[in-house]
Amino acid sequence: MPITNMILQLATGLLTSVNIFFLTLLFTFPFGLLVALVRMSKNPFASNIARIYISIMRGTPLMLQLLIVYFGPYYVFGWSLRNYPPFVAVIIAFVLNYSAYFAEIYRGGIASIPIGQYEAATVLGYSKQQTFFKIILPQVIKRIVPPITNEIITLVKDTSLAQVISVMEMFTIAKQIANAQSSMVALVVAGVFYYVFNFVVAVVMEQIEKKLDYYR
Amino acid sequence: MPVLEIKNLHKTFDQNEILKGIDLTVDKGEVVSIIGPSGSGKSTLLRCATLLETMTKGSMKYSDTQVVTEGSDGFSVYLPPKELTHVKAMFGLVFQNFNLFPHYSVLKNIIDAPISVQKRNKDEVIAEARQLLAKMGLADRENFYPYQLSGGQQQRVSIARALINNPQILFFDEPTSALDPELTGEILKVIRELAAMRMTMVIVTHEIEFAKNVSDRVIFMADGVIVEQGSPQQVIQNPQQERTRTFLANLNKK
Ligand SMILES: Nc1ncnc2c1ncn2[C@@H]1O[C@H](COP(=O)(O)OP(=O)(O)O)[C@@H](O)[C@H]1O
Ligand SMILES: [Mg+2]
Repeated sequence: MPITNMILQLATGLLTSVNIFFLTLLFTFPFGLLVALVRMSKNPFASNIARIYISIMRGTPLMLQLLIVYFGPYYVFGWSLRNYPPFVAVIIAFVLNYSAYFAEIYRGGIASIPIGQYEAATVLGYSKQQTFFKIILPQVIKRIVPPITNEIITLVKDTSLAQVISVMEMFTIAKQIANAQSSMVALVVAGVFYYVFNFVVAVVMEQIEKKLDYYR
Repeated sequence: MPVLEIKNLHKTFDQNEILKGIDLTVDKGEVVSIIGPSGSGKSTLLRCATLLETMTKGSMKYSDTQVVTEGSDGFSVYLPPKELTHVKAMFGLVFQNFNLFPHYSVLKNIIDAPISVQKRNKDEVIAEARQLLAKMGLADRENFYPYQLSGGQQQRVSIARALINNPQILFFDEPTSALDPELTGEILKVIRELAAMRMTMVIVTHEIEFAKNVSDRVIFMADGVIVEQGSPQQVIQNPQQERTRTFLANLNKK
């Protein structure tokens, strides 16, 4: 197979990896925040549910979670997998997993905002929602950019786990080509693609960090 | 008519009674200073008055708005939250640590609440904010962020923020305690100017000289009660209670 053809195939796979990446982030940012808020709620029942959820998601392999999310409905309920694309399972599993990590990051960020910020807002008449979304959350976001960057970089590499349920993302394709050719070239090229992907992510995150540097 | 009328205020934090029946009436244009040892409940009193804490027992009235009533069981009953938002435009609170919003510019710190909470006209609020900033000597700082200002400047911004809704009464909780000694003067000067304009104020402070000069009335608090109150001459020059004398004597030693 000519190298251009191989690169084209890998690029198609990369597109799928990028899709997994963005869709996961799209849902994880709000869902992680929701989990953090439930985790911090005064209701001990809700708070404990969130605590257990986070503990399980962080304490078991993402690969196992992927398999359970994909095959679970079939084994537990006998549902057919025909109308259940593995891609959808990947997004669900990734969002569930990453939200646990994001939730803990949000929680740390929220807890680090001085109580005086809430008090000033309360005295000025801001509602609870206004206080959170206008005063607290913007400051939280600034503080959590570095740990979130770490998670996002891990996520780029974790997209390769989608191979276990045969989603045609870049790693799956690279392995197929490598097997067919008995050569590592495709794997090396895929490695370069992952590296570039993460390089772009790091640059973007650095820009965001700089953008938020206008205050301290 | 008094601007603020607190009657029989009790505040309990998990079994601990911190305020043990405080009566505080403040007339329009009056400047009241509250002094007393640390832990005596001065901040808690201001926090109850500014709705940061809910009082356990007692009642509170701002002008003709009965904000808190004493229920038949003696416990405090508050107005519904919607109406409390309006009450919050009637007073301002200046914190020891300023508590400015770091992600907002100086101007936005002042104008955001009146616009997004009190729903006032934006242009009008901006014009008023600029006037206040000019009064505070910060006309050229409206686009600065809090971290770019000295402590004294930050506190002046927070005073402007507290004044923007034309409150009927302004509370200060140790407004100079977080400042370097050389910066306290500029804040005390601003408060003096407000007093000269007959702004109604309640000031918790350790600056006894300042309290003596600026106040119409001084209240000495200890252990959750008002031990004695009266004119500055009475309370500071000629205290009647042993506790007041001890407190003032200890202050002078420092
Ligand atoms: N949220 C709270 N929970 C429990 N105790 C509190 C709380 N706030 C204040 N206290 C207690 O109330 C007492 C009075 O505190 P405070 O009003 O801050 O005194 P002051 O301002 O006169 O120094 C202190 O003993 C303090 O520990
Ligand atoms: Mg205090």
